Amino acid sequence: MSTTSESLTRPTAPPSPWLENWRHFAANRGALAGLIVIGLLVFAALFAPWVAPHAPHEQFRDALLVPPVWADGGQARFLLGTDDIGRDILSRLIYGSQLSLLVGVIVVTLSLAAGIALGLVAGFFRGAVETLIMRLMDIMLALPSLLLAIAIVAILGPSLTNAMVAIAIVVLPHYVRLTRAAVIAETTKDYVIASQVAGAGLLRQMFVNVLPNCMAPLIVQATLGFSTAILDAAALGFLGLGAQPPTPEWGTMLADARQFIQRAWWVVTFPGLAILITVLAFNLMGDGLRDALDPKLKR
Amino acid sequence: MILFILRRVGLLIPTFIGVTLLAFALIRLIPGDPIELLAGERGIDPARHAALMAQFGFDRPLWQQYGHYIGQVLQGDLGTSLSTRQPVLDEFFTLFPATVELSLFAMAFAIVIGLPVGILAAVKRGSVFDHTVMGVSLTGYSMPIFWWALLLILLFSVQLGWTPVSGRIAVAYFVEPVTGLMLVDTLLAGDTDAFWSALHHLVLPAIVLGTIPLAVIARMTRSAMMEVIREDYIRVARAKGLSTMRVILVHALRNALIPVVTVIGLQTGVMLAGAILTETIFAWPGVGKWLIDSINRRDYPSVQGGILLVAAVVMLVNLLVDLTYGLINPRIRHSK
Repeated sequence: MSTTSESLTRPTAPPSPWLENWRHFAANRGALAGLIVIGLLVFAALFAPWVAPHAPHEQFRDALLVPPVWADGGQARFLLGTDDIGRDILSRLIYGSQLSLLVGVIVVTLSLAAGIALGLVAGFFRGAVETLIMRLMDIMLALPSLLLAIAIVAILGPSLTNAMVAIAIVVLPHYVRLTRAAVIAETTKDYVIASQVAGAGLLRQMFVNVLPNCMAPLIVQATLGFSTAILDAAALGFLGLGAQPPTPEWGTMLADARQFIQRAWWVVTFPGLAILITVLAFNLMGDGLRDALDPKLKR
Repeated sequence: MILFILRRVGLLIPTFIGVTLLAFALIRLIPGDPIELLAGERGIDPARHAALMAQFGFDRPLWQQYGHYIGQVLQGDLGTSLSTRQPVLDEFFTLFPATVELSLFAMAFAIVIGLPVGILAAVKRGSVFDHTVMGVSLTGYSMPIFWWALLLILLFSVQLGWTPVSGRIAVAYFVEPVTGLMLVDTLLAGDTDAFWSALHHLVLPAIVLGTIPLAVIARMTRSAMMEVIREDYIRVARAKGLSTMRVILVHALRNALIPVVTVIGLQTGVMLAGAILTETIFAWPGVGKWLIDSINRRDYPSVQGGILLVAAVVMLVNLLVDLTYGLINPRIRHSK
C-alpha cells in the first residue's frame, strides 16, 4: 500500500474546520441518507416540469382513480395512480415538493431573521428590553404551536401564505432563545471585550464578531425548523386552513383524498408518505448536524 | 415550597394577559366588524348597525373594550356561540371530558410502551433493539399524525373491520352522562356492551394521539437512563452485588424519571393541540373538533373562547407539571 506509507511520512496539517465537521457529519449514516433524500427533493422541485410525467392539474377523464402501476388495473402512464378527477398523483406530489420546500425556506428565513434580530437585541441590551422580549417569547411558548398557528390563521384567513406567516411566528421563540443564550455566553469572552476596547461599534460587535460564533445551534435549529414548518403547513392544509384545493400541497391533497379512503388506498397513502419521508430526512440531517457541530459531543 | 408555588403562579399572570390579548385581537382583526359578523349575509341597516355598535361598546376606545372583555372573562362570560346560541363556556365544558378521556388514554398508551422500551434500549445500548427503537421513534416523531390516523383507519377499520371509523360510541347506545367520560359512564350504567363499544371507538384515536408522545418519551427515557447509568453511585450499587434488575429499576430509574416526568407534562400540552387533528379525523366530539368546526362556521365567539380556554388548560397543566417537578426534585424547589 504505497499510498498509506506516503501519507504516513507526509506531515499532517490539521483538517480545516469545515472538513472536520463534514467528516463528523458523513460518519453518521442516517444524516447522510437525510442529505441525499433532501438533494433528490430539491432536484425534483427545481426540475418539476421535466421530471413530472404530467402537469399537476391535467385531468384524464378516462382514467379516474386508477390504481398504482403494480396493482391490478394499474396503467404504466400513471406510476402512482390517479385521483378522483383523473390527475396523476406522482406529478402532483412532484409539484407539491416545490410548495413544501418553499414553505420550509420561507418559514425558516423569516423566523431565523426575526429571531436573530430579537435575540441579538435581547442579548446585547439586557435589562428592560430583554425582559420584554423574553416574556413575550415565554407567552408564545406557553401555547401549543398548532393552536397558536390556528389562531393566527383564523385571524388572517386560510391560505398558504398566511399559514407560512403563522408558522414563522409560532417557531420564533426557539430562535430568539437560542440566539440570546449564545450571545450572552459569547459577550463575556475576551475577544469580544478586546474588540470593544479596540473601538468596534455595536453593529460590528453584533454581526461581525459575535453572531458568527453563535451560528452552530442556529444552523441545527434551522434544519429541524424545516421539518416543523413542512409538517405544520401540511397539518394546516389538511384542516383546510392552509393551501386551498386544487393546489397540489401534500396536506391539502390528503384532505381531498379522505373521502375515497374506502375505495382507493393510494390517494391517501402517497401524499402522507411524501410528508413523512421529507420530515424524516430533515430530522435525520438536523440530528447529524447537531452531533457534528456540537463540540461537547465531539470525540 | 410555598414561595416556589407563588413565584410559579405569578409567572402565569403575564402569560394569561398575553393570551387574552390574542383572543381579544382575534375578533377585532378579522375583516368586517363584529356586528356585521353577527348579522351575517343578510346585512343590516346603518342606523341599527350604529345602535348595536354602541350597545355592545364596539365604538369605545380599544383599551376600554379590552378592559370590558377582561372583566367579562373573569366573570366566566366568554360570549355566546353564533351557531348554537349557547354560552361558549357551557359548550366547552360539555365537550371537554371527551378530550380528557382521549388524552388520558393516549398518554397511558405512550407511557406504558415508551418507558420500558426506553429503559431497555438504554440498557442494551448499541444493540439491534436499541437501533430499532431509535429508528422507529424518530419515524414516529416525524409522523404527520393526520396521515397516520388515515393509515390505521385503512388497515383496522376498512380492511380488517376491527374498529369503527368515527365517533365515540355506537348510536344504538344511549348513556346518561355523569362524569362525561364514556368508559366510566357506561360502567356506572352497568351496560357492558356499551362499554365495549366505547372502548372500540377509543382505541384508534388514542393510538394516533399517543404516537408522538410515545416517540418522545422513549427517546427521553433512553437518554436520561444512559446519563444515570454512567454515574458512580450506580457502579457502587453494582459493586455491592445488587441484581441488575434492582440497580436499573430502583436506583437508576428514580433519577432518570425526573426529566421524563417533565417531558410527559410538556407533551400533555402538545397533546391538546394534537387532539385538534385527531378529533377532526375520527369525528371525536371533543373541544379540538369543536374549535375547527367553529372556525369553518365562522363562529368567532366560539373560536375566541375556545382558544382562550384551551390555552388556560395547557397553562394549568404546565403549572401542575412544574409543581410536581419541584416535588420530586428538591434541587429545583430550593434554587434561588
